[in-house]
Amino acid sequence: MIVLSKRTFRGGVHPHEYKELSEEKPIEKAKIPEKVVLPLSQNLGAPAKALVEVGAEVKIGQKIADAGGFVSVPLHAPISGKVTSIGNFLHPNGHLAPCIVIEKGDGPQEMELKEVKGWEKLAKDKVLDAVKEAGLVGFGGATFPTHVKLSPPKDKPIDTIILNGAECEPFLTADHRLMLEQPEGIVEGLKILMKITGAKQGIIGIENNKMDAAKALADTIGDDKDIKVVVVKVKYPQGGEKQLIKSVLNREVPPPPGLPMDVGVVVQNVGTAVAVYEAVRYNKPFIERVVTVSGRGVKESKNLMVRIGTLMADLVDQCGGVTDDVDKIIMGGPMMGLSQFDLTVPAVKGTSGILIMRNGDTQTYEEQTCIKCGRCVQACPMKLVPNMLVKLVDNGRFEEAEQMNAMSCIECGSCSFACPAKIWLVQKIKYAKAEINARRKKAS
Amino acid sequence: MPEEKKQVSTKPAAAPEKTQETEEKAIALKPLRFSAAPHLRDADNVPKIMWDVVIATLPAVLAGVYFFGFYAVKVLLITTISALFFDWAGMKLLGNRGSLFDGSAVVTGVLLAMNLPSSAPWWLCVVGGAIAMILGKQCYGGLGNNLFNPALVSRVALLIAWPSAMTTFYKAGNIFSQVTAVSEPTPMGVMKVEMMSNGTVIAAKGISIWDMFVGNIGGSLGEVSGLALVIGGVYLLLRKRITWHIPVIYVGTVFLMTGIFYLINPDKYINPVFHVVGGGLLLGAIFMATDMVTTPVTKSGMIIFGIGCGVIAVIIRLFGSYPEGVSFSILFMNALTPLIDKVTIPKPFGAIKEVANG
Ligand code: SF4
Ligand code: SF4
Repeated sequence: MIVLSKRTFRGGVHPHEYKELSEEKPIEKAKIPEKVVLPLSQNLGAPAKALVEVGAEVKIGQKIADAGGFVSVPLHAPISGKVTSIGNFLHPNGHLAPCIVIEKGDGPQEMELKEVKGWEKLAKDKVLDAVKEAGLVGFGGATFPTHVKLSPPKDKPIDTIILNGAECEPFLTADHRLMLEQPEGIVEGLKILMKITGAKQGIIGIENNKMDAAKALADTIGDDKDIKVVVVKVKYPQGGEKQLIKSVLNREVPPPPGLPMDVGVVVQNVGTAVAVYEAVRYNKPFIERVVTVSGRGVKESKNLMVRIGTLMADLVDQCGGVTDDVDKIIMGGPMMGLSQFDLTVPAVKGTSGILIMRNGDTQTYEEQTCIKCGRCVQACPMKLVPNMLVKLVDNGRFEEAEQMNAMSCIECGSCSFACPAKIWLVQKIKYAKAEINARRKKAS
Repeated sequence: MPEEKKQVSTKPAAAPEKTQETEEKAIALKPLRFSAAPHLRDADNVPKIMWDVVIATLPAVLAGVYFFGFYAVKVLLITTISALFFDWAGMKLLGNRGSLFDGSAVVTGVLLAMNLPSSAPWWLCVVGGAIAMILGKQCYGGLGNNLFNPALVSRVALLIAWPSAMTTFYKAGNIFSQVTAVSEPTPMGVMKVEMMSNGTVIAAKGISIWDMFVGNIGGSLGEVSGLALVIGGVYLLLRKRITWHIPVIYVGTVFLMTGIFYLINPDKYINPVFHVVGGGLLLGAIFMATDMVTTPVTKSGMIIFGIGCGVIAVIIRLFGSYPEGVSFSILFMNALTPLIDKVTIPKPFGAIKEVANG
């Protein structure tokens, strides 16, 4: 069933979508890379702990690092081969980080998927274990370990699972293609998620620029009364967890430390749902994901099924290489993605896109003075007042920034996008958040 | 083709010992732009906003030129040039950031000219530009930092310093026949004098509302034609340069309040339509009270601002000694804007529910 939601969250912006570059391109299997670089920290929380040593032969799907705590996940070999190095390499976040490097060997490079007997009837905790063992994290980019989200404390009952298919970032079409091509996986995944949490209701939230995907999913759902597709307005950041919950259910997640579970909801990306399904039914670990390679600086935009750890250079090569006037490389979407120094960085579990921008596609502006036009205020989906926050940050008044709810900022960048004076609003608010967190730590 | 590919595919680091080679190859890709998200920005910028305001003033400016001919052209030109010069001088003198070409000085210059009588002598225009830019803007640190609307600061300063020069209004003629330097009081002036002297508004009632609406009356250069001002306002609304809140609520408040007084005693108080089109209200509400820099950033703040302006303007008009209260009302609310902004900070997302629950 498709429901058109009339509600939406307040604020937001409308960047140009650029989705036409890749939305018609079916998901293509990327070449098996000669080598993968696997950061031990690909998830929010503690990094994984390596289980292999240099020289070890590994088989595809084999666990090569174990979870480093509860809020952490294990890591698996995405290809068969030999561990050639464990050391510091460039991470997409711009730092050098410990990584395991595997070079391709002779072993099988496709996983043999064996159905787990009686997977449909597994007990809740067994299912949760399967999810945990598969090393799943959120596909959207925040990379929060999936099993943690699915284990709320007893006093926070979950009544609804929302699958996030909004994909509001410009350029990205990975989720869109996934919804079109694997609707069964998504719906099955949703059912499993509902089972784990005991949620009565399952909702797939999609922006109304992807009606074909909504239809494909609705057809797959058939007449299941508990699951529906809710179509929401195109608006950035519709895919923000809190914004989607507001648009779909009209519930507002309380400010930090409030979480979706406080209003009885767990949100998962549609990609995560497919991964959950495959983990439970086939015991398939998280070794590959769909990545959109796009932007005017790449010869041909594509949606690729990519082994985790594949270097961006390999992926870009498969899209015909970059044009001569490449100017900026972004991992993720253009609103929240990370600028990269070069292409030697691996695609990780949270990589939804690789964008190659040409000269003139993106600019860096000099900051001018705020003319108090209020556009940042109108744009902020969290109802903050970015211009005042930034005034406080500029003057080092972090306590006051904290009182003005700086910690509520979801770092969506809508304010900076909208500002005609090109003020670095989100950038400075992020800085304030880091500073406030550091001070809190010191105080405690 | 293969050559080209070789150039761009930077073969990455395999192991630390290979970094040397990696670095060499990575250089094949020329230095990349590196910055924090968001990587996309809206195409709008400050000069675009300012020039749009200038465009929006055109109907009223042209109306002024039509009714006052050469006198209006003179005032407009001298004031704008003076504003540009003193903006530049102020920036240099005080070392403020800003650009002469961001349009903000032209906006202030034109708005100030619109607030001057067409009879204004050249030196008044020059001094007006200087006060607006130096005292009204650059002294505060330049664009974006001023507390008060610079054009209004200047207008009020001139009004206090040279009251007679500022209140000698030429009779509206039209540019095709001759415009003569015959002075005529403004409708608000007629009303005030009458109210003060014998407590009635009979003569003021004789002024045709239609003349006031199109602008065939005495008054400041840019305030006479309500019609032209409204056209400019609609342009600003359509271009999303202003929101409806302040102008509509400001005018609405004046209409409502003067309407109540009119109903109580129509002999003593003039009808509300007269108040809307007979003076500087439309110019003030559409162009001066919507200045982004000096007005609140939140919607609720704008509503408070509009109501405040309306109440103050009516009180001055009906009970004060000045015939016109628009400038004072806006300046007064400008002063309150930081406070309004502070008390209208919205509750963050999710906070309202929490309050409701406990
Ligand atoms: S959008 Fe930019 S210029 Fe406008 S109020 Fe916010 S910070 Fe100031
Ligand atoms: S302040 Fe934070 S939440 Fe609000 S628009 Fe800016 S980045 Fe988004």
